Amino acid sequence: MSNPTHLSYTAEHEWIETRGDVARVGVTAFATEALGDIVFVELPEVGSTITGGESCGELESTKSVSDLFAPADGEILEINAAVVEDPALINSDPFGAGWLFEMRVSGAPDLLDAAAYDALIEE
Amino acid sequence: MTSPVPTPLHEIHQALGASFTDFAGWSMPVRYGSETAEHHAVRTTAGLFDLSHMGEIEVTGPEAGRALDHALVGRPSAIGIGRARYSMICAEDGGIIDDLVVYRLEQERYLVVANASNVGVVAPALVERARGYDAVVRDASAEWALIAVQGPASAAILAPVTDLDASSLKYYAIDAGTVAGVEVLLARTGYTGEDGFEIYCAPSSATAVWEAITEAGTPHGLQPAGLACRDTLRLEAGMPLYGHELNRETTPFEAGLGRVVSFDKPDGFVGDAALAVRRDEGPRSVLVGLVAAGRRSPRAGYAVVDPDTGDEIGTVTSGSPSPTLGRPIAMAYVRPSLAAAGTKVHVDVRGSREDAEIVDLPFYSKK
Repeated sequence: MSNPTHLSYTAEHEWIETRGDVARVGVTAFATEALGDIVFVELPEVGSTITGGESCGELESTKSVSDLFAPADGEILEINAAVVEDPALINSDPFGAGWLFEMRVSGAPDLLDAAAYDALIEE
Repeated sequence: MTSPVPTPLHEIHQALGASFTDFAGWSMPVRYGSETAEHHAVRTTAGLFDLSHMGEIEVTGPEAGRALDHALVGRPSAIGIGRARYSMICAEDGGIIDDLVVYRLEQERYLVVANASNVGVVAPALVERARGYDAVVRDASAEWALIAVQGPASAAILAPVTDLDASSLKYYAIDAGTVAGVEVLLARTGYTGEDGFEIYCAPSSATAVWEAITEAGTPHGLQPAGLACRDTLRLEAGMPLYGHELNRETTPFEAGLGRVVSFDKPDGFVGDAALAVRRDEGPRSVLVGLVAAGRRSPRAGYAVVDPDTGDEIGTVTSGSPSPTLGRPIAMAYVRPSLAAAGTKVHVDVRGSREDAEIVDLPFYSKK
């Protein structure tokens, strides 16, 4: 499995694409394959503040429910309405159209590069 | 921890890109691609399942039927040759040890099919309970692979690959013949709520059977199907799963399956006294269906709550978004007084009270 090298990752299987202090966040293909077909997604509200490492939403698949963990401290700027409407986008295009939300990051979160994340999921 | 045992079809599953899960000591395909697509394939055309983890116990001898009458809650001695019956094995206190399908293959030969997670308990229990009868109990699980083809196109798919007349085999009947030229037992049974067949064969024959059905079925839209969709299919069909709806603390009467218990047996049966009490007193809780109003699914272990009083009135045993209904569904045990269809309840979904309604089972019946 190859994870895009231009993204950063968390050990909870989120990816982060940083542009200045704004970051787009999603979950990795590894996560979606473990979850199975995602049928419901609950995302944090626009304007709310999230805390890195804490649950900020959930992803529900046919088989299970998983917490969505905030990858960093910050404020939610936008959520992807398309995945709320059609959660299957997260399965079909996790690194693209299946993105979850954009946030303004405060501080410097502790993230993995693609090589480190690849190594993590190889274990 | 010993590593999980691969089925005889493991390499085929790998080649198909399956995700695997450890289940009762076996490495089983959980899905090949999308479990939702696999679910719909079974409802509309057909799905092909590897169920080689299931346990097969052979009971043979002149008193095989009588021994099983004593060991199980049903009456296997009354099963016709070539027919099958759903049954259960209970403990002395009436608690369910496992649910089973009992096939009568010959006058003096039965095949008892147990859940993979329970065969290690069921086989010794049958040995113990057959003591004193002229019957031999043998765990033959290692000698059988099991492949299921399930869905409305199943009979048409099997027709060109078997010497048996699949379409005229009755529901819950079994016959010996060939599929793909190898010897099999072909049964019209399943766990999906659709028409379908279960094919018992030697592990060394499993690949030939799987490949022949794949080739015959692909033009019909048959897809390989994993355990994930098997669970949503059986849930829609209102079929109980051991470890969820059925367990040692539950009797057949709570599960709404009192009909499988035959009290009228000359030698009695293990658990009969406790089960007679439960029959007469009525169950302490009953199994119901729930349909959730929202999109969050009730899951096993969640509390069912009376919306008026806030009292906990039951517990969810299985729950999932239903691919066919497009809404979350669940099974739950609730107090008999609040079990009527149409009753509005709440389910505590991770701290939030979600609206749900009690409905009659099953959620789905084939047309």
